[in-house]
Amino acid sequence: MNRDKWLISGPPLFYLVVFFVIPTLIMVIASFRYAGEYGGLAPVLLHDANGTHLNLTLESYQEYFSDFIYTRLFIKTLVYALITTFFCLVFAYPLALMIARSEKKRRDLLVLLVILPFWSNFLIRIYAWMIILGPQSAFTVALNGFLGLFGMNPVRLLFTPFAVVVCLIYVQLPFMVLPLYANLEKHDPALLDAAQDLGANGWQRFWRVTFPLSLPGIYAGVALVFVPVLGIFAVPDILGGTKGIMIGNLIKQEFLEARDWPFGSALSIILTLGAMAIVGGAALFARRRDV
Amino acid sequence: MALLEIRNIVRRFGDFTAVDGVSMSIESGEFFTLLGPSGCGKTTLLRMIAGFDSPQAGEILLDGKDLVSVAPEKRPIHTVFQSYALFPHMTVAENIAFPLRMRGMGKDEIGAKVKASLEDVRLADRGGRYPDELSGGQRQRVALARALVNRPRLLLLDEPLAALDMKLREQMQIELINLQREVGITFIYVTHDQTEALALSGRIAVMNAGRVEQLDEPSKIYDSPKNRFVADFIGTCNLIDAEVAASGDEKMVLEIKGLGEVMAKGKGEPGTRGTLALRPEKVRIGSHLSPETEENHFKGTVHDFLYMGDVTVYIVEVAEGVHVEALLPNSAAGRPRILAAGDPVEISWRYDAGTFLHE
Repeated sequence: MNRDKWLISGPPLFYLVVFFVIPTLIMVIASFRYAGEYGGLAPVLLHDANGTHLNLTLESYQEYFSDFIYTRLFIKTLVYALITTFFCLVFAYPLALMIARSEKKRRDLLVLLVILPFWSNFLIRIYAWMIILGPQSAFTVALNGFLGLFGMNPVRLLFTPFAVVVCLIYVQLPFMVLPLYANLEKHDPALLDAAQDLGANGWQRFWRVTFPLSLPGIYAGVALVFVPVLGIFAVPDILGGTKGIMIGNLIKQEFLEARDWPFGSALSIILTLGAMAIVGGAALFARRRDV
Repeated sequence: MALLEIRNIVRRFGDFTAVDGVSMSIESGEFFTLLGPSGCGKTTLLRMIAGFDSPQAGEILLDGKDLVSVAPEKRPIHTVFQSYALFPHMTVAENIAFPLRMRGMGKDEIGAKVKASLEDVRLADRGGRYPDELSGGQRQRVALARALVNRPRLLLLDEPLAALDMKLREQMQIELINLQREVGITFIYVTHDQTEALALSGRIAVMNAGRVEQLDEPSKIYDSPKNRFVADFIGTCNLIDAEVAASGDEKMVLEIKGLGEVMAKGKGEPGTRGTLALRPEKVRIGSHLSPETEENHFKGTVHDFLYMGDVTVYIVEVAEGVHVEALLPNSAAGRPRILAAGDPVEISWRYDAGTFLHE
């Protein structure tokens, strides 16, 4: 019995230890090391006249806290993630509800349509937004023409925070729809009949029955949308220009361009801890009886 | 004036006619049952009274006023659903408070009513529990309390006991009758279980294929079924093809193929074909029966028997291809032994024990 358990859980456990736990530990250690002269990392052990000693430092963390600009970028990332999550929820909820309440044989097709974008490459989909939001695109021209009617100046859409958030919402939307749909689809329609029978109008039926019962789906969707957005760098890289950068871009820069691995590692650790604190805090706050 | 008046209700789903011209009137304070096999239209009729479905023709009147145009949430009618449909995210007390909240009642008043209601259904100590922490019988009582708490004019019950085991069901039947008497609210009860219908109801409407076959008190329905369907659906019944041979005003002679002449009550045109419906418990059976006047008396052999504990059901072959079921309580005095298959027996029944159903 015990051996069977290990046989089943062994491979994934091995995989996670080798490719997640150990790299994370390497990163934790890297964040306390010095940068190498030509990038990379300086040796952990230093040999000099006094013998051998550990060559570790808190410099990277000191650097983070020495300048508020990093925390500001962190907060900005957080705000982008919150806006993205909010709009994903607002857009996804009615969609998921509609799919869950449509005819049974049509549901699979509708879910398929929701995940259809996954069939094309992530980067290509982001580049598509470059075209949609570009200065000569039909969308931008039409929007500026419309604004012009009211005497407003034309706006630039590409390489702005707006472009980043719009694309983040687009990229993350399916991750909100799917858990919500999975939850809403299981609701017993008799509960809504009962609520109506007992005097609840449509609005009350939604807020008193459907919505509270869908909270587990909302939590799952929020976690799936919010956390990945915190670390994303491809979207702001391509669509954000200089104003739209997020913490993920900074981490990437530290590793690839500045070649300051310890600082990049420290930022990653801070991001991970921050995300854990936010999600953990939200989970504690939202802790209630599971339905 | 009747509390609820249903007039020529029709409901079709595509080619299928679920309710086909049903009319009935239900009096205030009644325990009224819609009884029939699945697909007979009883649940559709109930849903139209509750407002979840609308008739394509006909009228539903409550206190003489049109009900069809009233939204379900505005009808003074509550339903106890087959699955109970308790809100899983609310405690028992919150579930019961729900209809009161929807009416915008004050917090203190709600608290008092919920407390009284919990006591009525003997769940005073369960108010803080969630539905999934209750037993089936307790959930049933919560569903009842929730549907009754703001005193609807009419309570609809859709097979509410179907999910319970037999012992609990019998207990809940008694509770239901007592509850209905206490609160004095009109109950419309839907079931396919004929024993339940007979035990609970003041009146029963037996439905089949979207129509009401018979609407009467339980004893009338059992003793004088109007047609073959009702006789067959309610209890067990011998249904024997027969033809009127001769008739007086209150008695007639029926000719049964292979068996000969049988006396029966009622009258009919000679030559009329029909069915003799005869309840097994009204057929006497024994090794030797002394014939009495006004009795039909036949000799036969035991074809088969079912030992049920309290009674034994004998299937007696009285003529080639003619079988009559007879029921004998196992406590019957002087019964020497259980008759076995192949034993010669005698059966008899009074002329007025059965009913001749015209075709």
